[in-house]
Amino acid sequence: MKVLLLFGFVAVALGDVTRFEGEQVFRLKPVLDEHVTLIKDLAQSIEVDFWKPDSAELVTIDIDVDIHVPAMYLDMVYTTLQQSDMEHEVLIEDLQKAVDGQSDSGPSPRAHSYTKYNSWDKVQAWINSISSSNPSLISKQVIGSTYEGRPMTVLKLGKKSSSAKPAIFMDCGIHAREWISPAFCQWFVKEALSTYGSDSQMTSLLNQMDVFVLPVFNIDGYDYTHKSNRMWRKTRSRRSGSSCIGADPNRNWNAGWCTLGASSNPCSDTFCGYSPESEIEVKNVADFIRRNKSIIKAYITVHSYSQLLLFPYSYTFELAADHSELLKVAEGASAALRSLYGTKYTSGPGAATIYPAAGGSDDWAYDLGVKYSYTFELRDTGRYGFLLPESQIKPTCEETMLAVKYIAAYVQKNLY
Amino acid sequence: MATEELNPNHYPAQRAAKVVQHYLNTRYGSPYKVFGLKKVYSGKVEDVTDIGVKYKLDLLVQEMIENTTVRCSAEVVFARGENSSQVQVSCEELLKINTTAQEEALYQQYKIQRNFLSAENLPDNYGHIEPDMKPLWHLGAVASSFVMLNESTENTLYNMARVANVTQLATENEQLKFDYHVLLHDMVSQEIIHWKLLVTWSPPEGVKVLEMKKLPHCHNCETLSDAS
Repeated sequence: MKVLLLFGFVAVALGDVTRFEGEQVFRLKPVLDEHVTLIKDLAQSIEVDFWKPDSAELVTIDIDVDIHVPAMYLDMVYTTLQQSDMEHEVLIEDLQKAVDGQSDSGPSPRAHSYTKYNSWDKVQAWINSISSSNPSLISKQVIGSTYEGRPMTVLKLGKKSSSAKPAIFMDCGIHAREWISPAFCQWFVKEALSTYGSDSQMTSLLNQMDVFVLPVFNIDGYDYTHKSNRMWRKTRSRRSGSSCIGADPNRNWNAGWCTLGASSNPCSDTFCGYSPESEIEVKNVADFIRRNKSIIKAYITVHSYSQLLLFPYSYTFELAADHSELLKVAEGASAALRSLYGTKYTSGPGAATIYPAAGGSDDWAYDLGVKYSYTFELRDTGRYGFLLPESQIKPTCEETMLAVKYIAAYVQKNLY
Repeated sequence: MATEELNPNHYPAQRAAKVVQHYLNTRYGSPYKVFGLKKVYSGKVEDVTDIGVKYKLDLLVQEMIENTTVRCSAEVVFARGENSSQVQVSCEELLKINTTAQEEALYQQYKIQRNFLSAENLPDNYGHIEPDMKPLWHLGAVASSFVMLNESTENTLYNMARVANVTQLATENEQLKFDYHVLLHDMVSQEIIHWKLLVTWSPPEGVKVLEMKKLPHCHNCETLSDAS
């Protein structure tokens, strides 16, 4: 309460948001008059923010005295407390963390969380704030609108450079009900930004390459799953002639389009659409990748569920020209993933591993020339399916990070 | 006809193994015992004239509440021209999984309570299930297995996506009785299929499905709690 009041005042005064990184709150237990004197002397010599009681004058023996100490005085306070025999403890080790923590738990329903499934509004707000949080490492780009007019925003991660760097493109949420997928893209962005500089692999990756992340591909569908039908899969496009809505965005790409594993029935959940790229969302991403074809060296698309790491082809049982290499990398990535919690993934070409299905984005990217093209099917294998508990977001994202970083590291060393 | 060796991780063996999972749940499942497919070690397939396609599998199933794994060998026959399958399976130590005490306790609890239980959306949109609703979720998965077993072919892979609704009905002949509305997900068509089930259960009799009815495909379902 005191903190909110305090920075309320300060914010008004400075017209800015005050931050409390590294600042601590101590609880002192004076039992002797000397202790009371010590506290009052401290209050005289440095800035001590009294949480309890309200001021130095009110300090007496046998009460708890809670004080907030600015970072620059911490050393001095520690020394003083060490030298005295007054009992004391650290109540809050990092005040900023505690303040931030208040918005995640508690009654405020509006805050974004990396360990919760965020509604589209929250993701949208997060995209806007995260993209301006570190201009040397992240920027955003609107690549078009969805059928219902929502902006499709791609985040570009990587150390800013004057020349074009090789890049990886990753999208999440092609299928609306696969909520763990957008959760992973958000996690990835957070990890990239927070471990740049401390994790050598991430640092090297973002120095040498850029990573384009589309946190939610099928925004209209995603929003629909929050507001109306949790099990919706397709886009929300409408066409006269059918009362059924939407096409399967992962059957709508120009790769063996609608030849097998897809339906020409608009009411089907694998409806391939009226023509390749008939879905505006697919066209927007295809256009973006085509425009940046010369720099995009890997394509990763994240889905759920089944615990699979797939690569071309799905539109035919024929093996891709790079099959052996793609398999080897996939197996390495699966092993990296498994190393964390033992989660088993199967690697293989889409058609034989899960089912033949034409019109997929990974096949399209591969045939365009993006050699390292992968589809993740995240947890689980059917127990919860699309309704993966939020408690599994963190472990799923952590293990998947290892696989994605494995692939990225390989691509980095094998640029073409 | 020639027998072909299968890649145990690819879909043909996996789909057949899933049928074994459904079968085991119909035979042994309960509110405290639900099986999942853990791993296929090996698989062979054979086209048998006049009968259909026969899969021979060596697999590992997992009881998902206690995480006990059980090794099984099974034969699954998909009859030609029918949407049906025959399963023969033998598992080591299936009976080692003892859930008698919990089942008895639950049975008594549900039998004597005045207000009949009811719940919807297990799990909820966020994957959450209230702890005391979990047995109803498990029971729904077991009951769904009867449908999934009946409906499975070489071209399907079923999981129960969610219990949309469950209502307890009056106990009859010592059997607890429930009305279930479940959503099944078929991985191959990606469709969500609605089924209504009339389910009975008691520890001695196990789970039985008295009636099952497929509900019509709902294209533009918009109720908040509904799905597809």
